[in-house]
Amino acid sequence: MKQSFEDHVATIAATQETPAGPAAPRRMTLNMGPQHPSTHGVLRIVIELEGETIMKAEPDIGFLHTGIEKQCEAINWAQVVTLTDRVDYLSNLANNLVYALTVEKLLQLEIPPKAQWLRVMLVELDRLNSHLVWLGTHALDIGAMSMFFYCFREREDVLRIKEMFSGQRMMTSYIRPGGVALEPPRGWEKALGKFIRQFPSKVDEYENLLDSNPIWKIRTQGVGFISIEDMLDLGVTGPMIRAAGIPLDVRKTEPYSSYEKFDFKVATRTENDVYARYRVRLEEMRQSAGIIMQAMAGMPEGAFQADAPHVVLPDREKMKTQMEALIYHFKIVTEGFRVPAGEAYQAVESPRGEIAYYIVSDGTSKPYRVHMRTPSFANLMALPPLLEGTLIADSIASLGSMDFVLGDTDR
Amino acid sequence: MSDFSHPAILETQQALGETTLIADPAQIVDLCRHLKENEKFIRLSSITAVDWHPAEPRFEVVYHLHSIEPIRRVRVKCRVSGTNPEIDSVYSVWRAADWYEREMFDMFGIGFRNHPNLVRILMPLDWEGHPLRKDYPVHGYKYGYAKE
Repeated sequence: MKQSFEDHVATIAATQETPAGPAAPRRMTLNMGPQHPSTHGVLRIVIELEGETIMKAEPDIGFLHTGIEKQCEAINWAQVVTLTDRVDYLSNLANNLVYALTVEKLLQLEIPPKAQWLRVMLVELDRLNSHLVWLGTHALDIGAMSMFFYCFREREDVLRIKEMFSGQRMMTSYIRPGGVALEPPRGWEKALGKFIRQFPSKVDEYENLLDSNPIWKIRTQGVGFISIEDMLDLGVTGPMIRAAGIPLDVRKTEPYSSYEKFDFKVATRTENDVYARYRVRLEEMRQSAGIIMQAMAGMPEGAFQADAPHVVLPDREKMKTQMEALIYHFKIVTEGFRVPAGEAYQAVESPRGEIAYYIVSDGTSKPYRVHMRTPSFANLMALPPLLEGTLIADSIASLGSMDFVLGDTDR
Repeated sequence: MSDFSHPAILETQQALGETTLIADPAQIVDLCRHLKENEKFIRLSSITAVDWHPAEPRFEVVYHLHSIEPIRRVRVKCRVSGTNPEIDSVYSVWRAADWYEREMFDMFGIGFRNHPNLVRILMPLDWEGHPLRKDYPVHGYKYGYAKE
């Protein structure tokens, strides 16, 4: 329908008329993201402002939804490992581990100590990787640019070690149901030992760089408060809740993969602000380095995969001489291994918090349902209480301190 | 550990070291409030659903609860019919239910009564169908890779 010119002018004039009476405080709606450097991915936040105060913040997620849970139902149990890598792309080994543990729970598999020690060691190495990326980008957001270069220097070493073990820098798929993918490579102890011995001094270096910077302290201390009740009610986990003084860490409370045999402390602070979250993560890096050193020193001898020929691919040499090995290989590669019907829920402490998989099997060689309880999804629910009532300039520091990964949120 | 008593609990199962309570969907809010206040399950770890298409009742809504002191977990399950699937929202018990219930609404088409803002969360608002249902093809309806 075509509007006449007069009508058109009248409509415009109607919208431009100022309302009578005293002017109400004007609210401005600000659209932050989905393409915004400090949202660390494709997160959109609709912010309503009065002046510079955030009155309402509403996160909008789903831009990185790739249907991983649906795809898991279409492929076999072994193939799902490659998808779990891509859920949280900064801590893929934690995702590999929680998937492997859940499937092993359903299969009721015993994992040899060497595989468990290797898992703990590499998952902690991945925690360093994730915290280093977090510290670098978070400091960059707040304006401490050189931190980024320092952190990525060490992260490069971590990625090289991951590549040494698995052949991949990021999407490693190294931890699989039944153990780990490969025997550790020759010379791994030398490479990892060299890195981990000098790592604590690097953490001291970060601490010196940031804590002697008054701008860093002003921008982080007393910023980004959220009450403990809110956090528990909203399901927040990880360094966020530990920075509020609650020592909630799955590694300690429900140990998995032999964590009870390692000596480490759960880092907590009580200030419950952006600065406390930074201190908690720094302390976690030191504790992780300690765990890696313990794992290296006490690495048990023996097999790196479970003795379960129906699940684990046979040794190449055995396939040439043993009929059974060849049959198992054919069955696992063509059909995939079967998992008894049932359901299992397993939680693991990822660098971001509690990550848990709920897996339902109907007894076939494909999962019936894989649900991923990811920490970023739950932590992001705490975004409105975290931002509302604060200044827009502080929102970047608050956002960064949550350390979410959008792949982890949207799956 | 597993002696929870509440009229809404129809059955208690133990498997693989995990406790599952099968509950009456009509009394789910009562049960959740009871578990939170009397059994100290102060954290809702997650809510999810399983589609048993074409069986009836078709959906299982699964709640994973976590208590910090003492440390324990429990799973609560409700079976919901496939025709017009609906269940009461537990948002009034734990606010963490907000996004999980929206996700279930988005992915399975399960309605949550009394939810404050029941709209799609991961898929676009104008999306048709519910992707995690078993009768929804893996590649979706819009893009038919089979024809190419």
